Amino acid sequence: MDYLLETRNITKRFGGLTAVDHVSLGLRAGEALAVLGDNGAGKSTLIKIISGVHKPDEGEIYMGGKLARIESPMDALAEGIETIYQDLALAENLDVGANIFLGRERMRRSLGILKVLDDQSMREEAQKVLDRLDIHIPSLKKTIRTLSGGQRQAVAISRSIYWDAKVLIMDEPTAALGVAEQKKVLNLVRTLKDQGIGIIIISHQMYDVFEVADRLAVMRRGILVGERIVKDTTADEVVGLIVGSETVGKER
Amino acid sequence: MRHANSPAPRAAYDGKASGGNDLAARGKGFAAFFGGRWVLIFLVLETVYFCFRSEGFANLNSLQILLFYGVLVFLLATAELFVIVTGGIDLSVGYVLGFASIVSIKIIEKLIAMGLDPGIALLIGAAATLVIGILPGLVNGALVAYLNVPPFIATFSMLGVCHGISELIINGVYAMGLPKLASDIGSGHLLYIAPGGAATLFQKPVVERGVSVLEIVPNIVVVTAIVVGIFAFVLARSRFGRHVYAIGGSMDAALRAGIPVKRRILGVYATSSFLASLGGIVYAFMYVSGKADAGASLLLDAIAAVVIGGASMFGGSGTVGRTMLGALIIAVLDLGLRMSGTPTFDKYILVGVILIIAVIMERYMQEKA
Repeated sequence: MDYLLETRNITKRFGGLTAVDHVSLGLRAGEALAVLGDNGAGKSTLIKIISGVHKPDEGEIYMGGKLARIESPMDALAEGIETIYQDLALAENLDVGANIFLGRERMRRSLGILKVLDDQSMREEAQKVLDRLDIHIPSLKKTIRTLSGGQRQAVAISRSIYWDAKVLIMDEPTAALGVAEQKKVLNLVRTLKDQGIGIIIISHQMYDVFEVADRLAVMRRGILVGERIVKDTTADEVVGLIVGSETVGKER
Repeated sequence: MRHANSPAPRAAYDGKASGGNDLAARGKGFAAFFGGRWVLIFLVLETVYFCFRSEGFANLNSLQILLFYGVLVFLLATAELFVIVTGGIDLSVGYVLGFASIVSIKIIEKLIAMGLDPGIALLIGAAATLVIGILPGLVNGALVAYLNVPPFIATFSMLGVCHGISELIINGVYAMGLPKLASDIGSGHLLYIAPGGAATLFQKPVVERGVSVLEIVPNIVVVTAIVVGIFAFVLARSRFGRHVYAIGGSMDAALRAGIPVKRRILGVYATSSFLASLGGIVYAFMYVSGKADAGASLLLDAIAAVVIGGASMFGGSGTVGRTMLGALIIAVLDLGLRMSGTPTFDKYILVGVILIIAVIMERYMQEKA
């Protein structure tokens, strides 16, 4: 198996409801996998299990072929699984460097004894990772509040990449963006793929999926109802999978 | 590589920005200029006004008096700023100050009764008071961070508790009984220059009656400046300070970034309480007495200083430097009114009015900028 991330028989129940039902999925390095499904199909729950927010009732997660014990978001981060939520979780009153290093600030010694924040070096490191991802932000001294939605997304992604994300989970990455900004974020996804990062995208936008995803997985009522190679399928077929009209003939 | 890369996109961005509405751009520049500076401009105008309005306002001595009576507000405003940056509020600082003024005197009294040297008694008494003075803050912080009590309620209750305990300790009268050394320190100056040019540190030289000695910088102003400076550094340059801003900016971001948010909030309320207790000790040394409501009227001033200094009550912004400007605006107003013979009640009204103006100005500037 050359999967970077693999889930085997992941199952999660909430009371009588089986939100995720024996889902097995694989993600390769440098690949973008779109997870699609109607509201309540279980895709968010699946993602939350992978990112450590929920604990599965059954099943395992493997990273690089090894069993990964993911019981908290911190465990997931330690495995290199980073999640970019829709609200991005940036401190809008701080600058780009401060956000990328939030909670893991770089310090330097001043006058030999005092430990002070090393904003200069944090900004330089931030610039390096932004350059690596071909992201342009006019001034790193500006606070996040002054940046556009796409730039914020880029900062959130840069933070994950800086801290060695191997798998990036993006929850509706383009939902709140204008058309030009959506394009930039999708370009960024391509750049990330080129750098060998595995990406899971949750999206309602069929356009995004066909634009950047290599494979797609469709969930319905907690069950993985189909996986397709993007270039071998059509939007119609995918919609059919999501609403459940096509599987009748194919799977039974 | 970074230097080779960055200019191009920056130029492209600037080109786009200046292509917009010219009038809007000019308005933005105006707001951006005054947005950061109106507090300073206001302070200068206010000072100039009182220099003309009241005789003798424009001299070194007035400045020292202004700073001398300002120290408690400087300390409490710094305390309040830490809490406000996290998006909270600490209503207990005034009564923690009163509590500490009483506690310090009672401890020092006991130590001297035990036969300790006054100097050592003052030192130990002050240190012990600071330790005890952190307790209300720890309770506030624990209530807010761990039990999710709203800061307003937690600290308002603490206000009552501190008030009550203080009155119990002193049975409703004043705490007194500090040695003369305390008032020497509390009312003393750093440097004295006798008419002959002879300078002495701390000790006022013995001169003939009627000869005036130049006194430079009250001791408590020096102490306050050092302490406020240290906490300004902590807020602006330390990891703790960065986390405080992050919590105020986005609690969610702070949590997901792995910042120990609860511990930090605990630390912030403890800091506030610590500074308020220091204020209590300073009060005791200044007035050689302690009372429960010593800092009661200072709460409005402290919060006003922070808000006038541009901090948002929603958290995430504000600096010690600008808070001190806010505190100076109040201190100048206070002394200016006193010296021009206006009743002090006017001050309360004016502080309230300035506070409202400050909030409106800040809102307006933020929309423009």
